[in-house]
Amino acid sequence: MRGFWKLLLVQAKLYLREPIATFFTIFYAPLVLLLFGAIYGNKPTPFFGGRGTMDVSVPAYIGLIIVTVGLIGLPIGAAAARESGVLRRFRATPLHPLAYIISDIASYLLMTVIGVLLLILTGRVVFHIRFEGNVLSVLAGFLLGTTAFFALGYLIAGLAPTARIAQTVGMVLAFPMMFISGATMPLEVLPAKVRAVSQYIPLTHVVTLMRGLWFGDSWSQHWKEVAVLVGCLLVGGAIAARTFRWE
Amino acid sequence: MGIAIEVNDLHKSYGPVRAVDGISFTVEEGEIFGMVGPNGAGKTTTVECVEGLRRPDQGTVRVLGLDPRRDGYELRRRIGVQLQEASLPPRLTVWEALDLFGSFYSRRVDGKALLEQLGLADKRNAAFEKLSGGQKQRLFIALALINDPELVFLDELTTGLDPQARRAMWDLVRGIRERGKTVFLTTHYMEEAERLCDRVAIIDHGKIVALDTPENLIRSLGAEHRVVFTADGQWDDTPLRGVPGVTRVERVGERAVVYGKGAGLVSGVVGALERMGLRFRDLRTEQPTLEDVFLALTGKEMRE
Repeated sequence: MRGFWKLLLVQAKLYLREPIATFFTIFYAPLVLLLFGAIYGNKPTPFFGGRGTMDVSVPAYIGLIIVTVGLIGLPIGAAAARESGVLRRFRATPLHPLAYIISDIASYLLMTVIGVLLLILTGRVVFHIRFEGNVLSVLAGFLLGTTAFFALGYLIAGLAPTARIAQTVGMVLAFPMMFISGATMPLEVLPAKVRAVSQYIPLTHVVTLMRGLWFGDSWSQHWKEVAVLVGCLLVGGAIAARTFRWE
Repeated sequence: MGIAIEVNDLHKSYGPVRAVDGISFTVEEGEIFGMVGPNGAGKTTTVECVEGLRRPDQGTVRVLGLDPRRDGYELRRRIGVQLQEASLPPRLTVWEALDLFGSFYSRRVDGKALLEQLGLADKRNAAFEKLSGGQKQRLFIALALINDPELVFLDELTTGLDPQARRAMWDLVRGIRERGKTVFLTTHYMEEAERLCDRVAIIDHGKIVALDTPENLIRSLGAEHRVVFTADGQWDDTPLRGVPGVTRVERVGERAVVYGKGAGLVSGVVGALERMGLRFRDLRTEQPTLEDVFLALTGKEMRE
């Protein structure tokens, strides 16, 4: 694993040098939170079971960050590194292939974590959001949702012949997901028909799981979400591993 | 001198295309060995099989005593590679790249000194995407040398560089050999192979058609030297035909070409012209080059 930490540091630095990626990963969700918070505030309402709009928005927006990184940032980055010949260059060194891949995943995870922490901090400081769950449980749910979406991201990168196609596919999948999964607008405000469709969208299960764990649900109440996300992780990861190529 | 690379009966096909069709050669330690041929002749496939980046269909490859497929990890520690098609993240700086790639090796040279040698010291904080073609190539050479390799691969090193940058690159490559390293390079510039390489393998359609020092290849051709000049008016070329070594004289309009062999050809022709009192201009000599060797061996001009 010689060079692993340096590679991780370099990849994190490179990520932060991309203004668009940095904005959407780290600043977009907190800004959306501030915007909707200014409109709706965080007064407890029976509509959300006695919680405020911001209380339920913060865990839901975690899904927004996950889908942005997993389905947009990651497929573009991974496909571009392959297409431009960056991966070829790394492959000609003694760096272990697994070290490269783990560092790649870790750098996206790191950025996602930074985005989520800033989101929670904004919610906490500005809207005094409530947290009724277990930190470790929420962390575990976050890692499950993130790795599942990263697997889907690598799957897109692996199947797409070019970075441009990876970008298009990622965006076409990500944007509808954001709006009908509860990641931007709460599921409660969506019409019943849309809610029925949303059950077939992986992101819905991230949002539902995060909201549930955030307010202290037990894992057994969310076996369906866990099953879907574990499925995405295993199937996506398996196909991604098979379709991965260095050039 | 030991053997750095030994390739025996290498075959590699892509679908129906036989990219490499039975190639054998050895590269000795401390030499600059060149593989030269037109684009698509199989050079890059050969070099990538030797580097362990591609799996040959058939044949054996030994590099520094190792099997590139089985001992790839050990081999990659000891070689330096400049790939024909490679890139770095656009916003990675020169120094970050060198520092990062250096961290992959247990043995590495002083990166700062390397950048000095390659004329990149003032570019150390420049992003990869802001570098010129020549600067990018020099950075890739720096990355290929960061681990103090025993053997350096340079694939199409000077493609896309202007003539001045190309000559500077040749000096660099000679410098690598002077530090006791073996260089295996590919090029489709015949002049580059002739000026730079100790030995050259000419490859066409996946086969080696000739392998020797550039001098021997040219000599084996038995090609004639030419003395070319221009002269006005009517004149008799009989005295020129009498110069020792001259085989024939061709005249087209004002232009005359004297063909011949031997070391004294040029002075003989010039002496004869002086004695004839002929007012000539634009006299120059043309030696056969590897280009002519390639033409003679394959029946076609090198395509640029």
